[in-house]
Amino acid sequence: MKYLLSHNSRSVGDRLIRRASADRRWSRFSLYLGLTIVGFISLAAILAPWIAPYGEREIDLLSTFQPPSFKHILGTDDMGRDVFSRVLYGVRLDLQVVLVITYAPLLIGMFLGAIAGYFGGWIDTVINRAIDTVMAIPFLVLVIVVVAIIGPGLEGVFIGVMGVGWALYARLARADMLVIREEQYILAAKGLGYSTWRILFKHAVPNLLRSSLVFSVADIVLNMVLLAGVSYLGLGVQPPTAELGVIIADGQPFLLYAWWITTLPGLVFVFLGIGFSLIGDGLADMLGEEFKLTV
Amino acid sequence: MFSYIVRRIIQSIPVLLLVTLGAFAVIILVPGDPAQHMLGYNATPESLRILREQLGLDRPISQQFWEFFQGAVVGDFGESILKKEAVSIVVGERAIVSILLLGYSVFIALFVSLPIATVSALRRNRWPDHLLRFASMITFAMPSFWLGLLLALWFGLHLGWFPVGGYSDSNISSALYTLTLPAITIGLYLAPLLARSLRSSLIEELDRDYVDAARGRGFTETRVIGGHVLRNSLIATVTVLSLNVGYLLSGTVIVENVFAIPGLGTLIVDAVMQRDYPLIQALTLFFGVAVIITNLLADLSYAVLDPRIRLERKR
Repeated sequence: MKYLLSHNSRSVGDRLIRRASADRRWSRFSLYLGLTIVGFISLAAILAPWIAPYGEREIDLLSTFQPPSFKHILGTDDMGRDVFSRVLYGVRLDLQVVLVITYAPLLIGMFLGAIAGYFGGWIDTVINRAIDTVMAIPFLVLVIVVVAIIGPGLEGVFIGVMGVGWALYARLARADMLVIREEQYILAAKGLGYSTWRILFKHAVPNLLRSSLVFSVADIVLNMVLLAGVSYLGLGVQPPTAELGVIIADGQPFLLYAWWITTLPGLVFVFLGIGFSLIGDGLADMLGEEFKLTV
Repeated sequence: MFSYIVRRIIQSIPVLLLVTLGAFAVIILVPGDPAQHMLGYNATPESLRILREQLGLDRPISQQFWEFFQGAVVGDFGESILKKEAVSIVVGERAIVSILLLGYSVFIALFVSLPIATVSALRRNRWPDHLLRFASMITFAMPSFWLGLLLALWFGLHLGWFPVGGYSDSNISSALYTLTLPAITIGLYLAPLLARSLRSSLIEELDRDYVDAARGRGFTETRVIGGHVLRNSLIATVTVLSLNVGYLLSGTVIVENVFAIPGLGTLIVDAVMQRDYPLIQALTLFFGVAVIITNLLADLSYAVLDPRIRLERKR
């Protein structure tokens, strides 16, 4: 429409093409930049036991509250522990936990959502009500309630997030499946007399992966923030174990005269989060999906 | 229209019941004896027996649920062990603070995201748009408690403009004053979400024919954008906001704890720390019902504003 109305459609067309290739370049740049950031920080975290200059819980009461220096890149805390080493161990723990609490619910949710969307009827109703119920209670409140039942610690986070996280993926997969169900190739597979399970898992589910994978990158950031938040409240990872939320909470009482304990680990956290978001953004553009921060 | 409202309300009843069941199940799922957890291991058998009776743990589960359900309908959840007061009164007092904080935060979030989203939709895929994308990535990746601490450090401790924590409710202006830093924190936590959804709905609206028509009639760009496009896009944004009220509430729980605001977020953490099960049950239900009602209202208002919705669902 706009195309025809413009005075000089050829130059507009040229400009659109140039714009489109610039977009593609931007999305590739965004993906690679994200991969570099995440790769670099993860590598440091994986190698923590070998590259950390001090131990995770190595107390040195003679050098408490040291500001950042060459000896302690991110300074030391109230017990003289090296903040940089604790951050390395913290990121290591955070990444391990977050990968589990993101991708296990993805598998469960995609399975349930696929079934609900494909079969419809009472199966759909039951799964849909379960999704609505789980999503009615704020995520963090639910994790807190699970902690209230089984006590503070990582178990509460695992059970809480597993119990809730699937719902987002189920909703995504269900919505996609409602469309895919009517596609020609599914009808063709049905016509060929393939079994329902074969159609469901060999033909339909691979096409559900794209939107779930794109969202899972945003979900990693959400889960990182959640895990750190629960630990910050004292309900997740327990001190003295290093975890980014724990380290930030540890520094809070000394905010005024030892600002580095709280601010610098948070900065590492934000860098990691930006890295994941860049990956998600680039990936979404390349796969022709929209990178949404929530479902 | 009327039948749509009725149908939508009926739809949310099973979810309400399931949430009630979930809230009730909290005390059943606790491993071991809840009364023992609450009173500690030095409690006398006599006091344990009294508490069990008070919580109704000596009765069969079906009867317990029925009593919980009856209580929930009239808002009676028994007495809070922590506050030595009726749970409903404690929750009610705290809820006002949280609601005030939420309203303030949403206002700030809209204030921040409206101009940003408008500029970035009008300059799609140019530098203002990329800047928004990047800025929203930064705030999205920030843990809200960390952002809150940074704001407290800078505006509270260094500049001394706002209190570092606490809440004063002597009058509305002092309440808003003490809530400013927490509200900015939640507002910035929410802003990327709003800005992104507003941007995409603005882009969608800008492509519609009525925009060309309005421009063709010689309306000023301010009038086209401000009077027509923005208004239509806001409807979609309000829906996004209400569908993500759970995300918003999660942020509120954390931020209230950072700034020691006596709202529902600090209450639930205290309740968990003290193992005050009746209070935990009531709060779980309260949060659930709040989300369900918000979503219901959003759906209904959307249907009122946009007749296509109610017609489409009739099929």
